[in-house]
Amino acid sequence: MDVEVNGEEREFADGTTLAQLLEQLGTAQRGVAVAVDGTVVTRSEWQDVVLTDGAKVEILTAVQGG
Amino acid sequence: MTSDDPLVIGGQKLDSRLIIGTGGASNLAVLERALVESGTELTTVAMRRADLEGGSGVLDLLRRLGISLLPNTAGCRSAAEAVLTARLAREALDTDWIKLEVHADDRTLLPEPFETLDAAEQLVADGFTVLAYTNDDPVLALRLEEAGCAAVMPLGAPIGTGLGIRNPHNIELITARAGVPIVLDAGIGTASDAALAMELGCDAVLLSTAVTRAEDPERMATAMRNAVDAGRLARLAGRIPQRFWAQASSPPR
Repeated sequence: MDVEVNGEEREFADGTTLAQLLEQLGTAQRGVAVAVDGTVVTRSEWQDVVLTDGAKVEILTAVQGG
Repeated sequence: MTSDDPLVIGGQKLDSRLIIGTGGASNLAVLERALVESGTELTTVAMRRADLEGGSGVLDLLRRLGISLLPNTAGCRSAAEAVLTARLAREALDTDWIKLEVHADDRTLLPEPFETLDAAEQLVADGFTVLAYTNDDPVLALRLEEAGCAAVMPLGAPIGTGLGIRNPHNIELITARAGVPIVLDAGIGTASDAALAMELGCDAVLLSTAVTRAEDPERMATAMRNAVDAGRLARLAGRIPQRFWAQASSPPR
């Protein structure tokens, strides 16, 4: 299935959870937050969310900014 | 030294009245020296898409220095975007403090007043401590306070212009009626601007590029710290009234 991660199409195995996606991408575990299809998914729910084809995942972190 | 009440925002006491934004620094070493020199206890960060390989150097730096984080919603154009960004910031950074900013367009980066007020109401209802960036509009400042914002942050001039405080009377109208801390945010170019903000009754000053893009950021951080202190002292001391004609200070013959 195809999942859009931060605006980029990527392919993942069917049934991939959000936790697995983040692990496969090597995302830092601290200081990040994730939204799936415009809704924030809290850290404790990452392993329970099974992604579907066409899902849009946004991974954000803090950067320098005023 | 005149005794002064500490600044309290959202129940948190801050000894420094200078809030620094981390934007604009050429590298983290320069930023670190400027932050330490400024004495700031609260510093803004922006939320952006994570670089999937790297970590966030600025977060590690702020944690090491023991400076509290104030994530912002810079770049958002609507209340919906700002609310989502605030929720992501809360999740990522473990703080319910948010610098709410909704920009109307890229050329002026002026706050979009209707979206800002809408977002403020939603975020307050969701339990956030909202510090709202706003125009130097005394009416809107009161509306944001009524919406439950913990602090209201009027601009002196558009972001990054360094034009100082374009309408000092409006800032004074805002501080005269405020029931929450007023933080002068944006437009500061040099130390006298920061001192003026405090003299006009602002409770704190928030600035970024005036320090980070100065030729010598560390030295400018010192200047800003002293300017905020001097302006605050002058405010507490009570300045003489301005007069049209001269008034001799020596006794008449």
